[in-house]
Amino acid sequence: MTNPPYIHQPVSIRRVMLTVLVALIPGIVAYVYQVGAGILVNLSIATVVALVAEAGVLWLRAKPVWVALTDGSAVVAAWLVALTLPSIVPWWLTVTAILVAIVGVKHLYGGLGQNPFNPAMAAYCTMIVAYPALMSQWPAAGHTDFLPQLHLILGGSRDIDGVTGATALDALRTGLRNSQTVNNVLNNDIFGVVGGRGWEWIALAYLVGGLFLLARRTITWHQPVGFIAGLGLIATVSWLIQPERFASPLFHLASGGAMLASFFIVTDPVSGATTPWGKFIFAFCVGLLAWLIRVFGVYPEGVAFAVLLMNLFVPLIDMKTQPAVFGYRDRKRP
Amino acid sequence: MMANPLRARGGIKPAHHKTESSGQAIRRVPLPARLVVPLRQDSQGTARAIVAVGDKALKGQLIGVPEEARGTAVHAPTSGTVVGIGPYPVPHPSGLDALCVVIEPDGEERQIEHLRLDTARASRDELIAHLQHSGIVGLGGAVFPSHIKLGKGGVDTLVINGAECEPWITCDDRLMREQSGAVLSGARLLARLAGAQRVLIGIEDNKPQAIAAMREATREVVEREAESAVSVSVVSVPARYPAGDARQLIRALTGVEIPYGRRSDAFGIQCFNVGTAHAVHRALDHGEPLTSRIVTVTGNVERPGNYEVLLGTPANELLALCGVRPGTGHVLMGGPMMGFALPRPEVPVVKATNCLIATSQALFPPAEAEQPCIRCGNCARVCPTGLQPFELYWFSRARNLDRVADYHLFDCMECGCCAYVCPAHIPLVDYFRYAKDAIRGRDEERRAADRARARFEFRGFRIEREKAEKAARLAAKAAETRAAQAAAPDGQPDAQALIAAALSRAQAQNGAAAESPPLSPPPES
Amino acid sequence: MLNAIIVMTALALVLGAALGYAAVHFKVEGNPLVEQIDAILPQTQCGQCGFPGCLPYAEAIAAGEAEINLCPPGGDEGARKLADLLGHEFKPLAAEHAVEKPRAVALIDEQTCIGCTLCIQACPVDAIVGSAKQMHTVISDLCTGCELCLPPCPVDCIIMEPLAETVSNWKWKYPVTAIRKVA
Repeated sequence: MTNPPYIHQPVSIRRVMLTVLVALIPGIVAYVYQVGAGILVNLSIATVVALVAEAGVLWLRAKPVWVALTDGSAVVAAWLVALTLPSIVPWWLTVTAILVAIVGVKHLYGGLGQNPFNPAMAAYCTMIVAYPALMSQWPAAGHTDFLPQLHLILGGSRDIDGVTGATALDALRTGLRNSQTVNNVLNNDIFGVVGGRGWEWIALAYLVGGLFLLARRTITWHQPVGFIAGLGLIATVSWLIQPERFASPLFHLASGGAMLASFFIVTDPVSGATTPWGKFIFAFCVGLLAWLIRVFGVYPEGVAFAVLLMNLFVPLIDMKTQPAVFGYRDRKRP
Repeated sequence: MMANPLRARGGIKPAHHKTESSGQAIRRVPLPARLVVPLRQDSQGTARAIVAVGDKALKGQLIGVPEEARGTAVHAPTSGTVVGIGPYPVPHPSGLDALCVVIEPDGEERQIEHLRLDTARASRDELIAHLQHSGIVGLGGAVFPSHIKLGKGGVDTLVINGAECEPWITCDDRLMREQSGAVLSGARLLARLAGAQRVLIGIEDNKPQAIAAMREATREVVEREAESAVSVSVVSVPARYPAGDARQLIRALTGVEIPYGRRSDAFGIQCFNVGTAHAVHRALDHGEPLTSRIVTVTGNVERPGNYEVLLGTPANELLALCGVRPGTGHVLMGGPMMGFALPRPEVPVVKATNCLIATSQALFPPAEAEQPCIRCGNCARVCPTGLQPFELYWFSRARNLDRVADYHLFDCMECGCCAYVCPAHIPLVDYFRYAKDAIRGRDEERRAADRARARFEFRGFRIEREKAEKAARLAAKAAETRAAQAAAPDGQPDAQALIAAALSRAQAQNGAAAESPPLSPPPES
Repeated sequence: MLNAIIVMTALALVLGAALGYAAVHFKVEGNPLVEQIDAILPQTQCGQCGFPGCLPYAEAIAAGEAEINLCPPGGDEGARKLADLLGHEFKPLAAEHAVEKPRAVALIDEQTCIGCTLCIQACPVDAIVGSAKQMHTVISDLCTGCELCLPPCPVDCIIMEPLAETVSNWKWKYPVTAIRKVA
C-alpha cells in the first residue's frame, strides 16, 4: 500500500533529459552546417564512453544500473562536454574529458543530483589546463570537409592549416594584446556580423533551443536572463567607456560558449542555485566573471571557470535567498 | 462580486474527474447489517461510551460523551441494540484499531426526541454548547470541533469553503446544488456565532450549478430580509488545487495570508466547510445531531455518485451498493491528493469521510520507482506555501531535524503538489510527514526528559533533606536522653520520661508524614 | 621594503580588528559541556551506564573518563549525537550494555504487591506511590522505564509493559521505497 498523492504528472527525469537533448539539436545542426560533421564523431564517442563509464561506476557502486543508465543524464553530460570541446580534438581527449565528467565530477560526489560542480565545465577546465594547445585549435568556419576533421579526431598529425583557425575571442585577445583597436581586429574575415563568422549562427541556434526549453518550462527565465544581463551589463558599460579597447556586448554574447552556457550550462539544476533569486544571482555572477576572465584572464573563454567558481557559492546563495513563505510575506500582520 | 486581489501562487491542475459522480442527485443508503461507530470522531479526543452492550439505543441518542471541553459528543446513527464496545478497525493510515460502539439496527429508525432550540432567542453560549453536544465537527476532512473554532468569536469575515478542489470529490458540489437554502442558513448561523458582518462563500469555477444555486438562495434571503445585518456574497474562485485549503481560500477571497502556525481568528477571519454549515443548520434549527454525512463514491465503480450515509456504515457495503468493477485495488478515503488507502475494506464511514474512491491500475497507475533528486525545482514552483520542498527533502532524508524545521517544515500542509510534479517520483510528502512526527516525538521526549531530570534532582534534594531531618531527630533524641539522665538524681534514666519522649517524637513524625507532599514516599521509620 | 612592511602591518591590524570584533559580537553563548551532554542523555536515570544517574555519566564523559556508547535508553541515536557534540568517532552501543528496547513503563501487579516500599526507594524519579503495607502503583506518565524497581521487588510483582501504539500516538515512519525494476 502506498501513500498519497495517488496521482502523478506523467513526468520523469528521462523526459526532462530528453527535452534537453532535443533542445540541443538545432545547435548541433547549425554546428555541422557551419563547421563540418566532425562534431558528430566526437558526440558519438562521448555518448558511448559516457554510457559505458556510467554503467561501470554504477556497477562498482552496487547501484541499480538500468534505471540510472536510461535516465538520460549521462547522455546530456556527454553532449555538453562534446559541444564545449573543439570538435576536432583527438578521440582520446574526448574520452578523458568524459571520464573526468562522469567518474570524477559526477560519481565520486555521489552520482546524479549530488555533484557540486558542473560536470561539463569541470571537464572543460581540466582539459584546457592539461592540453592548452589542443584545446585552442578550433575548426575554421566554412571548412566543412569531413575527412580532414576525421583524420584529426583519429589522432592524425595536427598541422593542417586549412582546417583549424583562431576563434573570435582568441583573435580579439591577440589583436588587443598587440595594441590594435577593436575595430581594427574585427576587420578580419574570421568575424561575421556580430561574432565569429559561422559561430554566431551556431549561437543563434542554441538560443532557439533555449527558447524551446523555456517554452517547455524545463528551465526558468532566471538563469538565461541573469547570465545575459551579467555578461551584457559589464560588456555594455566597458564598451561605452572605451569602445576601442572593449568589444561590444553583442560580440560577447554571440561568441564563445555564451549562448550554450546561458541556456544549457548555468541552467544545470544540480550544481546551480535553486531559489528564484538565487538562480538569477548565480547566473548574473557567472556572466560577470566570464567577461572578467575573457578580458583580463589568461584564457580566451572564461565561462567554464566562471561556472566552477560560482558553483562554490551556491550553498551560500541558496541560504541567503530563501523565498518568503506563505503568511510571512506581508510585514503588516497583526 | 469582488475580484481576486492577488494571483494565487503555486498549485496544480490535475484532471478533475468530477463529472463521474456529480450528475446524480444524492441518494440514501439502506440500513447496513451493523454500524461501527468510532468514539474518536474529532481531532481532539475520544469520547467516553455511556451505553453498555445489550442496551437499546434510539436514532440520535447520545452514546459517547466528550471527556474534556475540547471533545465532541457521539450519537447513535439509527435505532437498535448495542452489540459490542471495543477496539475495531477504523479508517486511519496506521491501520490500528480504535474504540468503537457497534450497533445492530432494528430497522425501525425510531428517533429520540430532538432538543428544540429557539435559535432566535437562545444565547450564543447555549448555541455553541449545543454544537458540541450535537457532535458538530469540520466536515471538510479535518474534523476539528466547531465549538472550539468559534471560541470567543469576534471575527469580521466568515469564509464558507465550497471550493472542493481535490479531484473526484463532489459531495460539497451536490450539497450546495440540492440544499443551498440549508447551507446558507447554517452559514448565517455561523456568522452570528462568530460575530461576522460578512459571509464570503468561495466556490471553484468548475461548479457553475453550485454557484448558481448558492447565488439564487442568497438572493431569496436578501429579498426576504432587506435589512439583514450580514452581507453574503458567493465568489467564484479559479479552479486550482489546493484552492480549497482554508488558508489558500481565505487568501483568494480576502487577500489576507494567515501563516500555517496561526489561527485565522487572530486575523478576524474564520473558515467553515459547506458541509459543516449544513450540519450546523440541522443541529440548531432542527435539533438533529450529526449522525450522517454526504459521501462521494467514485472511481472504479458502476454507479458513482453521492450518498447520504449513516456514520458507522462499513465502507465495503457502501462500495458494494455502487457496484465495484473488477480490477479494483485498494480503496481511498478522501481525495487522491491528500486521502489515504483504507487499511481494511470493512472500516466504517466516519465524519471525515467525504469520499471513497475505488482505485484500479488504469485510473491510478502506481508511482514509478524513486530516483535521485536533481534539484529541478518543479516542487518549489508548485508549492502553494512557497516552500522549497527539495531542501526539506534533503534534510528530512538525512534526518537533520533541526535544519528541516528551519526551512519551515511546519508550514507545509501536505497538499502533495510537490510529489505530484516530481520527475524523480520521490514521495516527498512521506518524508515531510515522517519529519514532522519525528520532531514532535523528539520534543515530547525532550519534555519528558526535562521532567525526569527535575524529579531526579528533587529526589536527591529530598533524600538529603530527610537525612538532615533524621540526623536532627537523632540529635534531639540523644539530647533528651542526656537531659533525662542528667535529671535523674541517681544517674539512671527515668523510664517514664524516656517513654513520654518517644511518644511525642512518634506523634511529631506522624504529623510530618501527613504533611509531606503526596507523591513523596514516607520517611523511613 | 618599507612599503611591504607598512602594507603587512596595516593588513594585520585590519584583520586583527575584524577578528576581535567577530569574537566579541558573534560570541556563541555555550552551555558548559556537562550540561550539553546531560541534555542529550535521556534522563531515565537508570544507571545502566554504570554511573548513578545521567548527570554523573555526563560528568564522566566530559572529564573523558567514560565512553559515549554506554547508554542503552539513548541508543545509537544518542551515541551519535554525543559523537557530534564532542567531535568523537561514532561508536555503536557497547555490547555489554544491553540492547535497545522499545520504550516501556513499569506496571505493578496490585494483587501480588505486599507493600514493602522497596521499589519506591529504588525509583529515581519518584514515580511510584504507596506506603508501607499499602498497595503501590506506578504513575505511568512519570515512569522513565529504567527498570531499577525490578530487582528490589521481593515478590517480582513488577512487569515492564511496552507502550502500545494507538491511533493518537501513532507516527509516520521514515519512508522506505523498494527499488523496483522499470521494465
